[in-house]
Amino acid sequence: MKIYADNAATTKLSDTALKAMLPYFTEYYGNPSSLYEFGQEARTAIEEAREAVALSINAKTKEITFTSGGSEADNQAILSAAAIGKRNGKTHIISTAFEHHAVLHTLEKLEKEGFEVTLLDVHENGIVLPEELEAAIRPETCLVTVMYANNEIGTIQPIREIGAICKKHGVLFHTDAVQAVGHLKIDVEADNIDLLSASAHKFNGPKGTGFLYARKGVLLKNVIEGGAQERGKRAGTENVPGIVGMAAAIKEAVAHIDENAKKMTEMRDHLIDGLSKIPHSSLNGDARRRLPGNISFCFEGIEGEALLLLLDDKGIAASSGSACTSGALDPSHVLLAIGRVHDVAHGSLRLTISPELTEEGVSYIIDAVKSTVEYLRSFSPVWRDLESGKLKHIL
Amino acid sequence: MALYSEKVMDHFRNPRNVGVIENADGVGEVGNAKCGDIMKMYLKIKDDIIEDVKFETFGCGSAIASSSMATELIKGKPLSEAMTLTNKAVAEALDGLPDYKMHCSVLAEEAIKSAIDDYHSKQAEKEK
Repeated sequence: MKIYADNAATTKLSDTALKAMLPYFTEYYGNPSSLYEFGQEARTAIEEAREAVALSINAKTKEITFTSGGSEADNQAILSAAAIGKRNGKTHIISTAFEHHAVLHTLEKLEKEGFEVTLLDVHENGIVLPEELEAAIRPETCLVTVMYANNEIGTIQPIREIGAICKKHGVLFHTDAVQAVGHLKIDVEADNIDLLSASAHKFNGPKGTGFLYARKGVLLKNVIEGGAQERGKRAGTENVPGIVGMAAAIKEAVAHIDENAKKMTEMRDHLIDGLSKIPHSSLNGDARRRLPGNISFCFEGIEGEALLLLLDDKGIAASSGSACTSGALDPSHVLLAIGRVHDVAHGSLRLTISPELTEEGVSYIIDAVKSTVEYLRSFSPVWRDLESGKLKHIL
Repeated sequence: MALYSEKVMDHFRNPRNVGVIENADGVGEVGNAKCGDIMKMYLKIKDDIIEDVKFETFGCGSAIASSSMATELIKGKPLSEAMTLTNKAVAEALDGLPDYKMHCSVLAEEAIKSAIDDYHSKQAEKEK
């Protein structure tokens, strides 16, 4: 059996998106900035795509800027809000300890430029407390940036409450919604979101395409300088097939959002139940307030990369927050942020499923993970020490 | 995954000399769980020859493969020869390791040296 369970890393391009894209490679290949018909066909396609994207999050068409993906959108959103803040003498930003590196590294850059950053605790369940956010706001706070849903542990943040608090205090609110768009219902008006980043390949669209929503009146600062594309806010000839594919994918995802969520939630919970039966294992993040497709676990006494390689041998594609999988010395900052100690964080496994997974696949995954964890523990000196009582079990 | 050589994958999938030697003549444990790698080596020694060697490893694919390869390289060898085993030799025998995984071979070398040291100190204890 072959099971792709790494949909938080990337998804398969949907047939609808592929079909929509194809003519824009070979038929309507003109530059959208050109005035002849070849170009104008492409221009029209981009504007129709903008409308579809805007509609999917209840934004206005003019509030959507196309980018190369989620990372670029995150960079541009944060740097823009920081520039607005600086003009008004406000240089404090609030975020969380478990943001994506596209956010964290941009914030580090701003810190070097004199900004002060407060990273909120995300607690054991991986969810920010709105009251702690409100308490962190100061007169000089210019931006709050909190992800919609976490990419590793899938926990969904109280976005509407955070949006309301930001509105009350007159602070800009950005959310990295890369894992949420197309999977959760998003309404930028109701949620009081000022800036939102998304990436097409996380909702069965193509790679290399994303968008930034910026509420009317929030002035964007260029990350890429050059031509006048995207109303001068993002230079570079538009990725026309990518943009068209993203719009087709988002329409499809939003049309099936409830049905997909129901299906995945059911399978997710079966996987969580099954994997919880492995002794000394623990689910990462809140069991209910999490993405329909995310299952994240830590297993004591084993290391994640070895687990991934053996699961790959069994046809299962998954990921881990282990240091060894990334070449870093420390395990995932997300797992450390929810209080997992290093020893345990190394033994993590993330499965992110798609609606295509079957009940048969669920049982196959549970059996494969169970037997592989057991096997790796059979010659782990850490597991021996845990079982003999020399070390204390944490999970 | 093409991250590792065929040989690394072979030793990872079918590790040689896995397990424990009860009443081993020398035991060495190196690494720590915080870093995500622990290797434990057990030696059975007779007339300064490594008669048997077993290992237990908590770690990634290359850590398991490095332990396995290291045990193969020293099994049946005189202690003096085992003492000269380098991490480079372990990595070469595995047809190379990615740069950021070289520390796994270092750990294998250290585990063997630590087990041999343990044997020597146990011998010294006996001779007292």
